[in-house]
Amino acid sequence: MESMQALIEFFRPHLLPLIYALVIVAVLPLLVGYVVLLERKVMADMQARLGPMRVGPHGLLQPIADAVKLLLKEDITPANADKVIFWVAPIISVTAGLLALAALPFGPAFLIADLNIGLLFIVAISSMGLFGIVLGGWASNSHYSLMGALRSAAQLVSYEVAAGMALVSGVLLAGTLSTRLIVENQSAQGVWFIFLSPFAFFIYLVASIAETNRAPFDMPEAESELVAGYMTEFSGFRWSLYFLAEYANIIVVGGIATTLFLGGWKRPFAGTSRMDFLDYFPALFFVALAGYCFYRAPKQPVAVQKMVMALFGGLCLLLAAPLAAGLVPPLAGWKAPVHGGFWFVAKVMSYIYFFLWIRFTFPRYRFDQLMQLGWHFLIPLSILNVLSLGIGLVLHRQGGWSLGLAMGFSTVLTLIAAFGLAYASEHRRPVTEGEAEAG
Amino acid sequence: MADQVLFYFFAGLAVLSAILVVTSRNTVYSAVFLITTLLATGGIFLTLRAEFLFAVQIILYVGGIMVLFVFVIMLVNLDVSVRQLQFNRQKWVATLLSLVLGGELLAAFALARNNQQGRDLLGLPQAAATALEPNTELVGKVLFEKYMIPFEIASVLLLVALIGAVVMGKKRI
Repeated sequence: MESMQALIEFFRPHLLPLIYALVIVAVLPLLVGYVVLLERKVMADMQARLGPMRVGPHGLLQPIADAVKLLLKEDITPANADKVIFWVAPIISVTAGLLALAALPFGPAFLIADLNIGLLFIVAISSMGLFGIVLGGWASNSHYSLMGALRSAAQLVSYEVAAGMALVSGVLLAGTLSTRLIVENQSAQGVWFIFLSPFAFFIYLVASIAETNRAPFDMPEAESELVAGYMTEFSGFRWSLYFLAEYANIIVVGGIATTLFLGGWKRPFAGTSRMDFLDYFPALFFVALAGYCFYRAPKQPVAVQKMVMALFGGLCLLLAAPLAAGLVPPLAGWKAPVHGGFWFVAKVMSYIYFFLWIRFTFPRYRFDQLMQLGWHFLIPLSILNVLSLGIGLVLHRQGGWSLGLAMGFSTVLTLIAAFGLAYASEHRRPVTEGEAEAG
Repeated sequence: MADQVLFYFFAGLAVLSAILVVTSRNTVYSAVFLITTLLATGGIFLTLRAEFLFAVQIILYVGGIMVLFVFVIMLVNLDVSVRQLQFNRQKWVATLLSLVLGGELLAAFALARNNQQGRDLLGLPQAAATALEPNTELVGKVLFEKYMIPFEIASVLLLVALIGAVVMGKKRI
């Protein structure tokens, strides 16, 4: 009995994080499915098509159908593949993607692990996902896969430097590595860091597109050259694990950008009471969504679809209830955590929406152009940005300049550096064939 | 109790995979086991509540150096390397060196046992049961205040190595 008590006491502090972890693991695949649907819909819209329309109204149930299909598909291992590594590789990718979510603050309380090195932890763990790609590509014993894996490794190592430097700029402004304190310090300064250091955000945006292998930097899986890159030989469930990992990584970089540059879980204009009407937005949004689902449910052609649509509507109402509850004075304690989750996810989704935008507007880079952009432009720019930001911060903290003036000054410095770098890379002597071979 | 279980788990994992690094015939397997070794070492840093070292260990060794290792290994023709001689014939020198190293470790244990305050069974300094001050700040302060000059010298050394690698790798710069 006493040992039982001790065991319960031991696990008590871990109970809440455990529940959060379960929620994330359960919700993430659904979220990923809908991000994919969003992607297909946005793509269709930009190409003047309709996109998925068959399953549910406007294809709303398509992700569920896709998931069922993927789980039932045959799982093929190539005959000459390295069985063990082929088996482990997708798991490494997915584990890294999910683990990185542990330090993202979805709300003031919804945070699995409040580490004092939160940001470093996320960067470290998500850099491990690369091994899943590289080992999977190697184990497939196929040239396409190997080329995809090699490209992926080179690309990630190059762009990680730029992304890291951009994060350093943000951390300089926040003065801490803990993700929760970054958000708190940000709202204490009263302005999102994207406005204090737009260049850091820009560099992180570009580098994070390259790190998550998204178009226009999707060289590791460029279908016109490499079939599907490192995923070529994977099928069925394993393939879907890679897919899950890729989108989990997108959510992670979106989460980092949100935390560091876009104010984290705080609502826009969190400090101004004149904008308090924004608090009604989350609940109204879900009520409207539920209304749409209930309105369309009877019009579905198949009974299953009717049921699932109605279920969706119910789910939306269920989500709207706690969001609305926070607005009632006796339950005001609910407001911060629940609304925090809403705003965080909304910001991450807008970041991902921006990714989609870029994906469907820019043509794919060539691999050498990608490397040149990374090494000759982004990395020097990110280092110079840290330098100019440091100058700005010293002017603000010791020189007595106002924050806006100091940051404006450092941004202008970086802008000049950016033009200089762009000029230099325009006028660089091109490498000739002979030199390229000589090394 | 939980701390000790975790320590022995990570330590055992580190030693086991370190042995597998040298005994695997396939280089990719060696690389994978080296990654496990480094991760297990990172785990030991965590049990000592040195989170910053844990993160840096993973970012530098696992995320940086090992990626480059694997990158190079994948370009090697594995069929040839599997058939090559795996160990060289210096086992007497190796035995002697490991005996000396083992003796050194034992001596360190024996010497450290003398002061008992705040030490564990083996007489080694123990981490505080509660979390330390934020490590990042501690490491930064020590590096930039106490060990300022060695730190700068190490940076210059790294820079020299970097430039040297570029000069040796490229015929025309």
